[in-house]
Amino acid sequence: MAESPLDVLLKGNSGRTTRGLLRIIILATIAAAAVSSRLFSVIRFESIIHEFDPWFNFRATKYLVSHGFESFWDWFDDRTWHPLGRVTGGTLYPGLMVTSGVIYHVLRFLTIPVDIRNICVLLAPAFSGLTALAMYFLTREMATSPSAGLLAAAFMGIVPGYISRSVAGSYDNEAIAIFLLVFTFFLWIKAVKNGSIMWGSLAALFYGYMVSAWGGYVFITNLIPLHVFVLLCMGRYSSRIYISYTTWYALGTLASMQIPFVGFLPIRNSDHMSALGVFGLIQLVAFADFVRGFIPGKHFQRLLTTMIIVVFGIAFVGLVVLTVSGVIAPWSGRFYSLWDTGYAKIHIPIIASVSEHQPTAWPAFFFDLNFLIWLFPAGVYMCFRDLKDEHVFVIIYSVLASYFAGVMVRLMLTLTPIVCVAAALALSTILDTYVFAKNGPNPRAKANEDNSDGLRSTRKPDVGVTSYLSKAVMTSSVVIYLLLFVAHCTWVTSNAYSSPSVVLASRLPDGSQHIIDDYREAYYWLRQNTEHNAKIMSWWDYGYQIGGMADRPTLVDNNTWNNTHIATVGKAMSSREEVSYPILRQHDVDYVLVVFGGLLGYSGDDINKFLWMVRIAEGIWPDEVKERDFFTARGEYRVDDGATPTMRNSLMYKMSYYNFNSLFGPGQAVDRVRGSRLPAEGPQLNTLEEAFTSENWIIRIYKVKDLDNLGRDHNNAVAFDKGHKRKRATKRKGPRVLRTE
Amino acid sequence: MAPKRTAAPAATTGPVPAPSPPTMPSASSSSSAPAASSSSLLSSGPKTLTQNSSIYDIAHTVWQQYLATTPQRTMLLDAFMGFLVLVGGVQFVYCVVGGNYPFNAFLSGFCAAVGQFVLTASLRMQTSAATSSSSSTGGGGGGAKGKGGKKVVKGDAAEEGSGGVSAERAFADYVFGSLILHFFCINFIN
Repeated sequence: MAESPLDVLLKGNSGRTTRGLLRIIILATIAAAAVSSRLFSVIRFESIIHEFDPWFNFRATKYLVSHGFESFWDWFDDRTWHPLGRVTGGTLYPGLMVTSGVIYHVLRFLTIPVDIRNICVLLAPAFSGLTALAMYFLTREMATSPSAGLLAAAFMGIVPGYISRSVAGSYDNEAIAIFLLVFTFFLWIKAVKNGSIMWGSLAALFYGYMVSAWGGYVFITNLIPLHVFVLLCMGRYSSRIYISYTTWYALGTLASMQIPFVGFLPIRNSDHMSALGVFGLIQLVAFADFVRGFIPGKHFQRLLTTMIIVVFGIAFVGLVVLTVSGVIAPWSGRFYSLWDTGYAKIHIPIIASVSEHQPTAWPAFFFDLNFLIWLFPAGVYMCFRDLKDEHVFVIIYSVLASYFAGVMVRLMLTLTPIVCVAAALALSTILDTYVFAKNGPNPRAKANEDNSDGLRSTRKPDVGVTSYLSKAVMTSSVVIYLLLFVAHCTWVTSNAYSSPSVVLASRLPDGSQHIIDDYREAYYWLRQNTEHNAKIMSWWDYGYQIGGMADRPTLVDNNTWNNTHIATVGKAMSSREEVSYPILRQHDVDYVLVVFGGLLGYSGDDINKFLWMVRIAEGIWPDEVKERDFFTARGEYRVDDGATPTMRNSLMYKMSYYNFNSLFGPGQAVDRVRGSRLPAEGPQLNTLEEAFTSENWIIRIYKVKDLDNLGRDHNNAVAFDKGHKRKRATKRKGPRVLRTE
Repeated sequence: MAPKRTAAPAATTGPVPAPSPPTMPSASSSSSAPAASSSSLLSSGPKTLTQNSSIYDIAHTVWQQYLATTPQRTMLLDAFMGFLVLVGGVQFVYCVVGGNYPFNAFLSGFCAAVGQFVLTASLRMQTSAATSSSSSTGGGGGGAKGKGGKKVVKGDAAEEGSGGVSAERAFADYVFGSLILHFFCINFIN
């Protein structure tokens, strides 16, 4: 054979070390690929924090680094949610900030002077490399062949469903949470397999870390008990399960309660009750199992029945009493919206208004997972074939996560790891079947011994695929699919997920890139031209960015903890000026910021979000703000001549289109987002004055006028000013006309 | 759990939930030897129970069996567990009766008791051979299949069902878990 030197390397004892070395090299390469594929945005734009939430995390991290951990823990932030403030230290998941703070101080200790911003920007790619490693470990527990682990690691490294939340600059909780999720599951599987306290405790520790990092920890809190419950129902109770689960639960619950934001939730909130219930159940099962060791089956049956009746009676009464007396909190709104997709829209518009809480569209699955999505069911089927405890876990996880991913776009993130595992299982089985079929000597050797004098066909039983043609076809098609997958991932990452959304990029007609930097332009204007304590009102989407980039107090931000306050802002935006002005005055608002995309065709602007403001305001003041009034009689949402009076008098409309006409010839003003021609006469603003409009008109900032010096209301004052000016203009104009003619 | 030892593979699917008694070597750790005697006692168990004996009788028999067959060390663990249940119960009763004002303190106290209880129970399962019968009913191969993972310590004769963890390893794990538990409790107690 030509490959004999290779054979020497790959077989026997030295082969094992070679393979180990190869595996390490491959994993390192995968991690490198995972990191580097997330750097598109840094290369194309710059090292900048993306989107909305990351700006808050960045700001909090800066606070942590400069003020130290203690004061971070007790941080009361009076520069957000003006006049209320926010107990930031107690209402955030500190895992992310603490992680980057620790990295920062370690690097400082090693005398590597790195800016905290660069750490924050590059944290997510770094952790995605770790996620690939964790994925390898997790999948190796599921499959016998290590190639499955390597495949899973590679998938996890570049799958767009995960990249979407972990490109460089996307400094969000998910950046580290997915790593923790995968690693916690790995430790859990390890604990179930080994039944050792140590693995259980480690799983609990990482679970605690996960709790400190992301609200999605509830997924683990429910998945692991469900796994145990299903195992119990399958009659697979064993001391391994008891040990791993009880250790995990007892330690993990305590660990999760250390986070102030979580606090007593694990024993109060219904989301966590399944874990507690299974904990109780497994105690009973263990005890029953213990007792069964002492007496023969018949008596045990009777004893068991009695025990079950007594225990369930007590538990049921206890549950009823606790629920009635209100000790156990009802299910949270986000939880309901998981089961009833229409729930949020009706009851909690603030949740429904977030785009990532919308149900997933079908193409998104293919977009985010590509060919993994059709390997996924095959992988789950593989798990059914040899149904060990860990395979049960994969099945449960995949069923649950598929459902959740269908309900909320952002839960695609929790589906992605299991899809990678399942797809890697399926693909490695295929590859093993077709590539290594020749090396399956056991059946053939046995057959040769038995039928050495039999028919030729029986001497060569059809176990495995031996034809080179089918091998070649199969292998090459798999390779082609893999290559397509890589191409797809690169394309998606580069085109869809690498935009900072703070900085917009567009193409000029000659194909060169044009950077639209209106956001930062406007925020820096605020930072430099307004007082340090000037209050900025904007819709809550921009609260974190204003806090992070402009360093000015805001009324509401993306931490939507106070629905009423947000509704107040919504009401101010959607009401007439006479209604809005007192609201603005009461809340000390100095500047109002709106995002307007009409000039550029930027669709994520405030007019498009306006209906959510109306809905949220209507939730609190159904008498004063009515969504119906913003639609025309035919039910259209229009901004042109046909717009309703309510719409045209609303503050948001006026601020968006104020002076917009002056850019165009008379009657030519066109809103390029809505694609509609605007009325010839632009809106009048009486109580606000334009302070700043960015280059492409994306951000418009208005200053709230002070009370009139002469005690008039603003309508009269503006009318007076206008009349005065007009008179003077005609006066001046008059003589000139006379003289020329 | 079916016995791990390769010496007695035939014992895995016995209808009676007991390990094959005579395969226990004398070199095993202190806890497994009495357990072997326990199972042998069980197979020849006391015939005092009739088919229609009352629940109380059955419970009494269980108690007698327990006293007769449990080794001293395991009983010590059981006593500790009983004590923990007592402590937890007292705290809970106080919480119900006397109010839960320092709720943190109550919770960490209670969780310490519960956590220590389950850790001790885990330790007991790992060290005591009596649990070896636990999973032999869990489907013929269920227990045996689950043990695909690499075992840390092989060949120790004392290895038992709980994933093949030796007594020393189990105790080390126990200490590790307890340390974490009490660290969290102290941190939480305010």
